[in-house]
Amino acid sequence: MKFVQNIFDQTRPLVEKDGKRNILYPLHNAIETMAFVPDHTAHSGAHVRDAIDLKRTMITVIFAMVPALLFGMWNIGRLHYGAFGEESTLLDNVIYGSFKMLPLIIVTYAAGLGVEIYFSWKRNHPVNEGFLVSGLLIPMIMPVDIPLWMVAVSTIFAVLIGKEVFGGTGMNLLNPALTARAFAFFAYPTWMSGDKVWINTTSSEGAALVDGYSGATALGDLATTVGQGLGNPATETVIAQFGPEGTYSLMNAFLGLIPGSIGETSAALILLGGLFLIFKGVGSWRIMLSFFIGGFVMAAIFNAFAVNEFMGLNPLHQLMLGGFMFGMVFMATDPVSASQTATGKLIYGFLAGFFGIMIRVFNPAYPEGIMLSILFMNVMAPLIDHYVVEANVKRRTKRLANA
Amino acid sequence: MSQTFKIRKGHDIKLVGAAPKSDLGLITASTYAVTPLDFPGITPKLAVKAGTQVKAGDTLFFDKDRPEVKICSPVSGEIAEVKRGAKRKILAVVVLADQETTYADHGPFSFTGATREAAAAHFGATGVGAFITSRPYGVAAGMSEKPRAIFVNGVQSSPLAGDLAHQLEGKEKSIATALKALKLMTEGTVYVSHDSDKAPIEALQSLDATHLSFTGKHPKGLVGTQIAQAAPMNKGEIVWTVNAIDLPTIGAAFESGEYRPEYRVAVAGSRVMNAGYATAVQGVSLTQFLSANVNTENARIIAGDVLTGSKIENDGFLSFGQSQLTAIPEGNTTEFFGWVLPGFGKFSTNRAFWSWLFPNREYDLDTNMHGEERAFVVTGEYEKFIPMDIFPQQLLRSILIGDIEKMEQLGIYEVVPEDFALAEVACTSKLPLQEIVRNGLNDLRKEMI
Repeated sequence: MKFVQNIFDQTRPLVEKDGKRNILYPLHNAIETMAFVPDHTAHSGAHVRDAIDLKRTMITVIFAMVPALLFGMWNIGRLHYGAFGEESTLLDNVIYGSFKMLPLIIVTYAAGLGVEIYFSWKRNHPVNEGFLVSGLLIPMIMPVDIPLWMVAVSTIFAVLIGKEVFGGTGMNLLNPALTARAFAFFAYPTWMSGDKVWINTTSSEGAALVDGYSGATALGDLATTVGQGLGNPATETVIAQFGPEGTYSLMNAFLGLIPGSIGETSAALILLGGLFLIFKGVGSWRIMLSFFIGGFVMAAIFNAFAVNEFMGLNPLHQLMLGGFMFGMVFMATDPVSASQTATGKLIYGFLAGFFGIMIRVFNPAYPEGIMLSILFMNVMAPLIDHYVVEANVKRRTKRLANA
Repeated sequence: MSQTFKIRKGHDIKLVGAAPKSDLGLITASTYAVTPLDFPGITPKLAVKAGTQVKAGDTLFFDKDRPEVKICSPVSGEIAEVKRGAKRKILAVVVLADQETTYADHGPFSFTGATREAAAAHFGATGVGAFITSRPYGVAAGMSEKPRAIFVNGVQSSPLAGDLAHQLEGKEKSIATALKALKLMTEGTVYVSHDSDKAPIEALQSLDATHLSFTGKHPKGLVGTQIAQAAPMNKGEIVWTVNAIDLPTIGAAFESGEYRPEYRVAVAGSRVMNAGYATAVQGVSLTQFLSANVNTENARIIAGDVLTGSKIENDGFLSFGQSQLTAIPEGNTTEFFGWVLPGFGKFSTNRAFWSWLFPNREYDLDTNMHGEERAFVVTGEYEKFIPMDIFPQQLLRSILIGDIEKMEQLGIYEVVPEDFALAEVACTSKLPLQEIVRNGLNDLRKEMI
């Protein structure tokens, strides 16, 4: 690998302090440290170090996201061809999906890393690895048909306002990926909700949508039942879709064979990623478990006191829809914006799941209640930690008083 | 009889090159050196200058603020040199040793009717008081302090640590004397800790003290862990700690009045050609010993263990209070895509690398950092290695922003840098935790005195 090292060595003078392209130094450094783990040795403290670094942590998260991402790409193609009643093979679906998905990923990384690199240069910091994950999360939580420039603007907003103004990776209050989604949701609502954006229906010549085609999501359909009361015949067709034979059956929702944000639909594969993260010790099982329980408790309460079909939905089914599972595994567990103490994580996760279902059902205009509740709990996390730490301080003060 | 504590949080770093019980003989050299850098919290004031003749046990330098804290010459001879660094900071006092060591005679200590004052004076005069560390702050103890308790640490659990039973063999009598002397220094409890995963050490078991047993993982061998388990420290309290391995030196000073800091030093690590135990007087020049027994090419020589020891050069001296020498390879090489590869052979405390499949493997670790420094990102990581009721990351943050009140609330009085050593090894962000804690303690001490 000597020749690769040589390329870095030769180009380094250009980007170093007095070089002509100094602004590119963070980029140069980022790529070099990616290619080669640096030769830095321990100078203070312990003389040996664990092999783990932030790059390893982040790539582990990316590995965990890959199954859901691949499924999402396949699902784009499947839904597209399905809308026209066309036959398609697995390969067709994946190819079509990647034509839709790859531009989203590339635009997100380009926009986000551009901002990151500028700030790294400005602050004289190395580029942080955090955006490797955020940059893949953002396209996974977007509808397939969102214009690329909206993704770029949302990403820039998220990195700038969600992260850099607080001081960069490790200092941010909000989860950057969710900030991007929230921005897009409120800035371009017509592109982020409704029944036009979840399935790509750009038609080839002569093709027509199949009879009875609806591009809505499960949550969008459920929202129409609110205010109709339980057992209202008007909601029957909607509810039938959630039956064992319907489009949104529990099995379909679990496997992910439903419309939705690109990476969010397959609960099964997201769960697989979650188990991988827990096993690797990278994701917090406390947050995931308590998040699930929190959501389940809220859904069960709704189920018990249902006044409409949305509330009456089977609690487990409720959790398989929308962004709940994705939020649980990949969003709520962001270590920087989540609670940092063990007890705090349990409280934080529970409330995030609990409020997520509550917002979704009480305000059907916000099918993405999960996103809002996680962002809300991001803001509350320092408060939770404060009380957990304060309990420790009290214990210490008490011990002193008794000594 | 004794209380047993199980230490579940922590990690035993298994390294190749443990020291077998083979005898490497006596390390001799013509020069010896003592450096003030081994004594955090001391402002050194020289008692000698180049050319002064000293006996073993004569003061080389003392603490400017607490003159009774004296650091003595380990051998007799002539002061060859006072090495100084930037701003005339004293780096080392080098003694050219006599052929035959003569000892300064402070007279044997009479225990019958002995008072605390008498014992304190003897600790100060003979220089063995420097073996007592005072908490909080983790500095050499001042003899006027009134410690709530004294902890004698009889557990050595750090990587490649020597076998304490072997290192203390034949020194039973002076150990008992040392404990008698320590008991005079406190009205509180004297604790002696034991490793219940190893064969009991009779010389320590038989001592008249409160006994504590520890089982489980490192850091069970850190006295901070032991204090936290048995009787956590509070603000305003002082606790003294002594390593069991230093008891014979203390005992000898009370029996004969002479300063004889002689140790059975464990020599270990993958770069050591002849591992085993060598006998050495503190401060001895290691130049010859290292060139004969250690492959020093591109190696890191550490006085102490890999977690808390100090780096020494190939022509360095055996540091104060260290009874272990470790040599490991330097890690100054790059690794192509090392962070993506499965890492079957990489040492890691978590399962992100596939080496978790081989939990009992011994590693030949080098000094590579395995990544660049980053901000705090990962949470809940340090807690896994610090078996105390504190929030490590919150404490570190309070130190970094210099908030003294917050540091106190979060328990800085309960820790010294070595308590963060394992967490520093595991830290994903490669932050210098021990240095941060040291700075915090220094700031705090400045504020308090």
